[in-house]
Amino acid sequence: MSDGHVVIVGAGQGGLQAAMSLRQEGHAGPVTLIGAEDGLPYQRPPLSKDYLKTGQAEKLVLRPAGFFDRKAIDLRTGIKVDAVDRAAKRVRMGDETLAFDTLILATGTRNLIPPIAGISRALGLRTLADAQRLRGSLTRPRRVAVIGGGFIGLEFAAVARSFGHEVHIAEAAPRLMSRVVSPEMSARFRAKHEALGTRLHLGNGVIEVTEIGVVLANGMEIVADLVLLAAGVRPNTELAEAAGLTVDNGVVVDPFLRTADPHIYALGDCCAFSDSRSGIMVRLESVQAATDHARAIARTIVNGHQAPYAAVPWFWSDQADWKLQIAGLAVPGATSVTIGEDTVLRFSADRLSAVETINNPKVHMKARKLLAQETVPTYSDLAARNFDLAMF
Amino acid sequence: MIKVTFIEHDGTETTAEGDHGDSVMSLAVAQGVDGIVAECGGGMMCATCHCYVDDAWFGKTGPRSEGEEDMLESAVTEVKPTSRLSCQITLSDDLDGLVVRLPEVQV
Repeated sequence: MSDGHVVIVGAGQGGLQAAMSLRQEGHAGPVTLIGAEDGLPYQRPPLSKDYLKTGQAEKLVLRPAGFFDRKAIDLRTGIKVDAVDRAAKRVRMGDETLAFDTLILATGTRNLIPPIAGISRALGLRTLADAQRLRGSLTRPRRVAVIGGGFIGLEFAAVARSFGHEVHIAEAAPRLMSRVVSPEMSARFRAKHEALGTRLHLGNGVIEVTEIGVVLANGMEIVADLVLLAAGVRPNTELAEAAGLTVDNGVVVDPFLRTADPHIYALGDCCAFSDSRSGIMVRLESVQAATDHARAIARTIVNGHQAPYAAVPWFWSDQADWKLQIAGLAVPGATSVTIGEDTVLRFSADRLSAVETINNPKVHMKARKLLAQETVPTYSDLAARNFDLAMF
Repeated sequence: MIKVTFIEHDGTETTAEGDHGDSVMSLAVAQGVDGIVAECGGGMMCATCHCYVDDAWFGKTGPRSEGEEDMLESAVTEVKPTSRLSCQITLSDDLDGLVVRLPEVQV
C-alpha cells in the first residue's frame, strides 16, 4: 500500500498508463498527471496510419474526461514542467510548485531536426496538431517528399500514395528501416513501396530543403510542395539532466526503472534501460515499452520490490496492406534466417533474439511466447525443426 | 444509435450508444469502461480488449476475423467459444442491444 503523492510528468500513453495502473494496484494517495499538450491524452500510433485517412480525432482519445475524476487522477494539460528540485522534492511549472513523494518522468521524445539548410520548411508528424496540418494539406494533389525511410515516413508515404499523390522518400542510410529490421526485411519493404509507386532514394539523404522542393546528396533536385521530416526522434531528457540525473541516450534507469534517485522513475520513449536478455542499454520507442514500464513502476510503488523488468519488446507498423510485426530485439550484428516470403528470424550469439513477420500474427504471437521463456531456442534447436516456430 | 451493454466482472453494468461502424472496443473506451484496456488501440497487436459475447448475441457478431484467433491465444483470461476481441466487432443495426461480458483482468 502506498499513499504518497505521485506526480507524473508527461501525459502520453505511458504517463496515462502509470496513473491508471497506480489506481488499479490500489495506490491511495493523490496522483497528478501533467501534460504539455492541450486536451485529453491520446494515442499516437494512428496519427501516421488510420487518422490520416479518416480524420477522426475523437477516436484517438485514450480515456474520456469523466474517467479522470472517477479515478481521482488530477489531469493538468497544456502545462510545461520547468524544473525538478530533487532536494525539496518539488516540480516547478512557471510560478507554481508542486510537491511530490514519487516522480515519474514520462516525457517522451521530440522530432530530431537534422542540420539541413531550410529544414524549417518541412512539416513534422508527431502530435495530433501535426497530423491535422498534414491531413489538411493532402486534400489536393500534391508532390510529396519524405525525409527519412523509417516507420513514420513509410506509413505516411503509403497513405499519401493511396490518395494518389506523387511520393518520394529520401533516406541517408542504404536501406529502409535500417535501425529496426533486418536487411532481408528492408528489401521486402523496398519492393513493396516501389510497387506502390513511391520513388525511393536510398543512401541519398536530403541536404537542403528549398522553396520548390528538396536537394539530395547526389545533387538531384526533387520538386515537392509538401516536405515531411521523419528522420527519427530524440528523447526529452532536459528535466532529468538539469536535476543531475544520468542521461545517456535517455534517462538512465536500473532494472526496476528507477533513476539513481530512489524517488524518481522514468518510462517509455525517454528512458534508457537494460534489455534483460542482451544486457545492452536500450531506449525503445513503442506503446509496448511505455505501457509495460508504466505497469511495472506502479507495482513497485504500490507493492514494493518486484522482479527486474523483463517484458519482451514488440513493435508494429502498417504500410498499405502489410502489417509488419516485430517480436524481441535484434542487437547490432545479429544474423538472419529468412523463412518463406513473410518471416525473418534473427539470432544473436546463436540464440533467437527477434522475429520479423509480414501479415503473420500466428508466428508473431508464437515468437512473443518463445522469447518470454527462460530458455530461448538456439539456432541449432530451430534448425533441427526446420525453423518452424510451431514445433516448439 | 446502437446500444451496447458492458457487464464487468464485478457485475457493474454500463450501457452506451455508438454509431454504425464503430467498434465495440472504441465504444467501451469512449465510456471509460474499466474492463477494456485496448492497449494497441485496435491495431491487432494485443488481446487487452477481450470480451465474452452474451450467448443470445453470439450468432449475430459474426466469426472471428483473420488473425483474431491468434491474438486471442495471448489473452490472460480463459478463452471461451464466445470470446472475441472487441476491436473486431463492428456495430451494425443487427447488434442494437448487444450484451458483452468482460473478464476480470486484461493484462
